[in-house]
Amino acid sequence: MAGGTFEKYKSDGSLAGNVLEWFDARFPATSMWKGHLSEYYAPKNFNFWYFFGSLALLVLVIQIVTGIFLVMHYKPDAALNANGVPVAFASVEYIMRDVPGGWIIRYMHSTGASAFFIVVYLHMFRGLIYGSYRKPRELTWLFGVGIFLVLMGEAFFGYLLPWGQMSYWGAQVIVNLFSAIPVVGADLSLIIRGDFVVGDATLNRFFSFHVIAFPLVLLGLVAAHILALHETGSNNPDGIDIKEKKDERGLPLDGIPFHPYYSVKDIVGVVVFLMAFSAVMFFAPEGGGYFLETPNFYPADPLKTPPHIAPVWYFTPFYSILRAMVWNFFGLDAKFWGVVAMGASVVIFAFLPWLDRSPVRSIRYRGPITKVMVTIFVICFFILGYLGTLSPSPMGEIVSQVCTVFYFGFFLGMPWWSRMDKFKPVPERVTMK
Amino acid sequence: MSNQGKVDCGRRRLVVATAAVGGAGAVGALVPFVSSLLPSERAKAAGAPVEVDISKLEVGQMVTVEWRGKPVWIINRTKEMLETLPKLADAVADPKSEKNQQPAYAQNETRSIKPEVLVVVGICTHLGCSPSNKFKKGADEGMGSDWLGGFLCPCHGSTFDFAGRVFKAKPAPTNLEVPPHVYLSDTRILIGEDKKGA
Amino acid sequence: MKKFLIALFFAPLLAFASGGNVHLDKWPGSVGDKAALQNGAKLFVNYCLNCHGASYMRYKNLIDLGLTEQQVKENLMFTSDKIGGLMAVAARADEQKQWFGATPPDLTILARARGEAGNAGAGADWLYTYLRSFYRDAERPTGWNNVIFENVGMPNPLWELQGQYALNHETHKLEPLVAGKLSPAEYDKAISDLVGYMVWMGEPQQEFRRTLGFFVLAFLGLLFVVAYALKKEYWKDIH
Repeated sequence: MAGGTFEKYKSDGSLAGNVLEWFDARFPATSMWKGHLSEYYAPKNFNFWYFFGSLALLVLVIQIVTGIFLVMHYKPDAALNANGVPVAFASVEYIMRDVPGGWIIRYMHSTGASAFFIVVYLHMFRGLIYGSYRKPRELTWLFGVGIFLVLMGEAFFGYLLPWGQMSYWGAQVIVNLFSAIPVVGADLSLIIRGDFVVGDATLNRFFSFHVIAFPLVLLGLVAAHILALHETGSNNPDGIDIKEKKDERGLPLDGIPFHPYYSVKDIVGVVVFLMAFSAVMFFAPEGGGYFLETPNFYPADPLKTPPHIAPVWYFTPFYSILRAMVWNFFGLDAKFWGVVAMGASVVIFAFLPWLDRSPVRSIRYRGPITKVMVTIFVICFFILGYLGTLSPSPMGEIVSQVCTVFYFGFFLGMPWWSRMDKFKPVPERVTMK
Repeated sequence: MSNQGKVDCGRRRLVVATAAVGGAGAVGALVPFVSSLLPSERAKAAGAPVEVDISKLEVGQMVTVEWRGKPVWIINRTKEMLETLPKLADAVADPKSEKNQQPAYAQNETRSIKPEVLVVVGICTHLGCSPSNKFKKGADEGMGSDWLGGFLCPCHGSTFDFAGRVFKAKPAPTNLEVPPHVYLSDTRILIGEDKKGA
Repeated sequence: MKKFLIALFFAPLLAFASGGNVHLDKWPGSVGDKAALQNGAKLFVNYCLNCHGASYMRYKNLIDLGLTEQQVKENLMFTSDKIGGLMAVAARADEQKQWFGATPPDLTILARARGEAGNAGAGADWLYTYLRSFYRDAERPTGWNNVIFENVGMPNPLWELQGQYALNHETHKLEPLVAGKLSPAEYDKAISDLVGYMVWMGEPQQEFRRTLGFFVLAFLGLLFVVAYALKKEYWKDIH
């Protein structure tokens, strides 16, 4: 349906109809409505894994709306106020206590940040198991990897803003990582920080990135991601191409218009999501110490390092990979190789469309090798994540190294193991499993 | 999958029901966001009533205090100042203070609780400049020879008498605002509240 | 030898060490006990606010403990404060740094800061244990030390109520030196009230939050029923 032409709206004679006809003659309103909703034919066998795209969009909206209201009261200023507390930190407590309804908005934003990553990881997993990244949807996948990278940056910049101990020291550690890059490292760290240590200059530019720059980029990438998807049409759990079997009107036999069928189904998904979201927000907003971390209830103190600095839970798998690199190579520090490995562990997702050589898209019609590899990959991801929350230890180091080897092995070995598997015959029509 | 022509009753009812419940939820969700726009506790604390001690305010003198970021004038009016008021009934635009620029207890000829003490917000009701004192009768301070004393706003020339009433044919549309205030004692005024706080 | 074996036995626990591996007593109170919180508020204002600030907290909020504005003004405020004002400390931070070696931290959200991942009550437990663990130590400049916060710069502000204790370095337990105005049981209750107040002060709207959450979830349950029925109705078309 993408790029297809749709008939312009013809008024039914009413005032509303006339206005709509005038508008539609000058703006692709009907075209957009039909092309992306009422005549966008999506496979009819979408299952549970297919909720997370629309949920990701919902969380993006929640973060933007709550963010707009938080910025009305938050002050990005590291200077100490009359009570000896940094203004930025005090402004967050101001929101929690003095602003009517402020605590709700703050908790929505903090819960939303973690919810975003839960939803996005599940969304990516769906792509992984059903082969949604494969031809012809490589570009949708690449925009998605871009979104993931920008989202990580957005979360990183946002986390500095409360200016708590974890905010400050987490930023200090991560920005210092850049100094590991040879030749340009030290200057790069200086340029990112705007000062010799993380301070007011850093806080203000991270504020700008978090509130304006990265959200704009994110919105652009999300639009591109959806446009690219709609150009090729959606994949489905069986991995078959619904456009191959069309009816006499040229519409896919196994397709249904997104609106009203998936609008109505996604509403249910949204409600269930909001129930889980509200349960956390109202009954456990600190998320057991993972969504709002306890050291962050102390204002930032450049002279006192907390005993245990760790990134927020959604970064911990990649952080573990960074910490696993403990050897120096080719005259370069282990620190540098850690940064390289961490970067590679995210960027490698982009290569998936070309690493996967299986003749079959979806895991449903692949054999045991794929299922085992994917299972172990997921388990490694969780183990790496868990280890990342702990202090370094000898046992932890070995385990994270093993998991890192497997993590990269999963991707780098894919051209071979994806071909070696037994495959099941792929059905002609979708199955409603 | 082609359009079903008519949407049947059951479907429509469910759509309406979902929209109604969802709409109610949306309104509820809006509440914290709209509330957050209201003055915060910090703003309310800064805008709290201000207590003024006028025991040292001599007759004929004026003192200015700040309340909610605005200048509030307190004038201990002389007998002569008070006597000018009935004479100006035809010269001012709203002699009986019929427009809502003062609390009920100040809707009288002296626009005050105690006849001598005027409490008024020193902001011109035209565009917000603060008028200057022109207490001297006559042409000495640059006013006309029939000037009986009051205030002149330098921005656009509005004039006010010793009760803060605006003269006719001036840019300012209404009399100066009298803020809510109450006497805690003969010499202590609480500006910003109508009756004593609990 | 016995000590070595005991140490060896507990060595694996080092894997879980994050800094505080002392035993903490469980805080016995609850945030719902308004009478206890009121008592705690009084203790807080009288014993803590001289050195510590609670600078995100307004006196006005104390009304939520079930008090009238008049009661707050008479019992919990110094005469120079205004009801809408912040519970800031009078002393200056730089002077305090000189006297105590460190600026006394702001206490408003300390109960949350002393928490632990996965353990919601840890902050309260820490405070409850801390305030009952001071002992006399002639080697410290203030004359006081604390079992769970070694070489703390803070003297014991509640010593008159608690009495004075010494630390038996063998058993690692406190032994009474001088009796206080309160019996040990009364002192524990007073500290429990004080800690309750601090937990409440950390997030004064927590009770309302939970109540509102209940209604939100109930509403979403209703919305789910309606939305699901709508979905089922439309999806009747699809086979």
